[in-house]
Amino acid sequence: MDLSYSPQEEAFRDEVRAFLADALSEDLARKGRNGDELTKADMDGWHAALNARGWLATTWPQEHGGPGWGAVERHIFEEECAMAYAPRVVPFGLGMLGPVLIKFGTDAQKAEILPRILDGRDWWCQGYSEPGAGSDLASLKTRAERDGDHYVINGQKTWTTLGQHANKIFCLVRTSAEGKPQEGISFVLVDMDTPGVELRPIKLLDGGHEVNEVFFTDVRVPVANRVGEENKGWTIAKYLLTHERTNIAGVGMSSRDLDKLRTLSRQLLRGGKPLAEDPIFAAEMAEVEIDLEAMRVMNLAMLSAASEGAASGMQSSMLKIKGTVIRQRIQSLIKTALGASAAPFPAADLPDNALSVPADAAAAAATYFNNRKLSIFGGSNEIQRNIIAKDMFRS
Amino acid sequence: MDFNLSEDRQMLSDTLRRYLTEQYDFDTRNAIIDAAPYHAPAKWAELAELGVIGAFVGEDQGGFGGTGFDITTVFEELGRGLCPEPMLGALMSLRAAADCGADALVEAQIAGTTRLAFAVFEPQAETLDQLRASADLVDGAWVLNGRKSVVYGLPGADGALVAARTGGGLGLFLVDDPETLGYALIDGGGAGELILDATPATCLGEDAGAAIAAALDAGRLALCAEAVGLMTVLTDMTVDYLKQRKQFGRAIGSFQALQHRAVDMAIEIEQSRAITILAASKLGTDEAAKYVAMAKNLIGRAATLIAEESIQMHGGIGMTWEYPGSHYAKRLSMIDHQLGDRYVHLQRVVAA
Repeated sequence: MDLSYSPQEEAFRDEVRAFLADALSEDLARKGRNGDELTKADMDGWHAALNARGWLATTWPQEHGGPGWGAVERHIFEEECAMAYAPRVVPFGLGMLGPVLIKFGTDAQKAEILPRILDGRDWWCQGYSEPGAGSDLASLKTRAERDGDHYVINGQKTWTTLGQHANKIFCLVRTSAEGKPQEGISFVLVDMDTPGVELRPIKLLDGGHEVNEVFFTDVRVPVANRVGEENKGWTIAKYLLTHERTNIAGVGMSSRDLDKLRTLSRQLLRGGKPLAEDPIFAAEMAEVEIDLEAMRVMNLAMLSAASEGAASGMQSSMLKIKGTVIRQRIQSLIKTALGASAAPFPAADLPDNALSVPADAAAAAATYFNNRKLSIFGGSNEIQRNIIAKDMFRS
Repeated sequence: MDFNLSEDRQMLSDTLRRYLTEQYDFDTRNAIIDAAPYHAPAKWAELAELGVIGAFVGEDQGGFGGTGFDITTVFEELGRGLCPEPMLGALMSLRAAADCGADALVEAQIAGTTRLAFAVFEPQAETLDQLRASADLVDGAWVLNGRKSVVYGLPGADGALVAARTGGGLGLFLVDDPETLGYALIDGGGAGELILDATPATCLGEDAGAAIAAALDAGRLALCAEAVGLMTVLTDMTVDYLKQRKQFGRAIGSFQALQHRAVDMAIEIEQSRAITILAASKLGTDEAAKYVAMAKNLIGRAATLIAEESIQMHGGIGMTWEYPGSHYAKRLSMIDHQLGDRYVHLQRVVAA
């Protein structure tokens, strides 16, 4: 038993820190700290900086432009990026479609699409959920009917994150109504500018625009845009979701948020004393710190098992549940720390001295409400419990 | 023992519910909260005419209510209707003014011709003992200095009642047409910062600490009742959604795991309603502060649970602006931060 990182891993961490100190602008880090919405240019710029260093496609094999890291290096990298408030890499092309193409794509698809993901020419978004198919994804109804060497797609996708920036979308579509629902699904790539594709924004409860609905009306897509075999898309869908769930624990983000909470608790007064000296609030902070310390090690144990090829879906579901609950609890405490000053909105419209709270906490309530999504998306925490229960109670 | 509303209060409740349903449909409400002053000034006189404001003080003070149950009757309906009107400030201002014997001001507020905000707390000073704002007599006239923070209902108010230190204790002052910096709130409605810089003011009482404390407790009771109204609607919406939403070929409400969570929400509503009734029954007595603190603590916990669980069980829909439930959840969640959160009130109970 040894919980420490190896000297090589520690050296790697130093290398990541040096890179971040150099490549991450103060402007971009401040946006992250303050919870400001990032522009497409912000995200493209950060992707380009990572790509120039060869660290953009962290899960891809080296032959396709990945850095050749194992699970531990990826974890260190993500932890350091989070602590520095670097933008999160937009996952749809890099973390999802890329690995899918590498495993299931034709040589032509790989050669054409992967370089365009790396250099930012293409921004991919995800067409998975539908209004009637969320947790029960296999019941999706968007149809793709063969017409010569094209599919004709009709239907609707929803919760398409950052689709407003995308020029491409990968979709799960129904190509057969026979057999079990899982057996008639195909994985298809669509240009967003194809006639009949329409994107409509969904405003979230915090007022932000990050998800969209995408409507398909007689959208003609070449059959060559299918990935894998017809009606075998479910296998690809599941493979992609396992990639969606990597770094699901969000240890780096929780550590960073806990640091912010601790700092605030020393700055903000309650009853004339720093909040950190309030015994009840201090106890709440200590409890969440204990939970995070335990989860940090649980996460490392899983990474270690993954390096040896022994990680189970059950462990990743446990990390998803615990990780999101811890992060949400920290954000709830940050919101609480502000007291009445948590309510003003939208904070960004106010002059700098309008509120008596630090700038990096002014959006705390919006962040708290926005991050209720963490326990809903990527397979809700209820679905994760089903996955674990299925394993525990298997006869 | 009788847990029913009196006939008068039932009538007020029915009238107000009908009015809010007609006048504040969801789209209208969202348009109102979108632009300053973040409420609908034109409706204020109508609400006054319905008797909503007069219900906040007793007949001896010019009103026709004044008990804890009059307050909870009104605010439970305001919660049910997700009403963004700044009634909380009106309640506290009216009761404090009445306790100070400011009869003309009481009359104008009950008539709906004068709307006041209640400005007590300051940046990082959310308890009375921490207040710094000061009042001084200069050439026989009062002037105020300091800053009041997150004053609910300040945008568009005719004036504010301001708590400030005097030689005699904590005084209460009327400031007309104050200098403010207004903003919207994440849960609807507006608030603002009140900047006091040798600001002329009228003194309602040089030693009004007791009246201010009592008005704040009436405000906390009102928030508890508002929360009960919000919880009731939000839980109904959640149960309806669980019954109607189908996944895996069945209503998701048929899953026992979700049923039990909905049941826990329903239990918390009953607990919340019960503690609010208890606190209402104590208002105006020596035990008011203790039982109001108990209610505000329990409500803070229950509101957080119900807001979070309702969003979670709705899935993505519960995260959207266009779904009313998300706005009910936001308002419910933010009530914990108004006039002291669950931790502040837990400590009041411990100390009581």
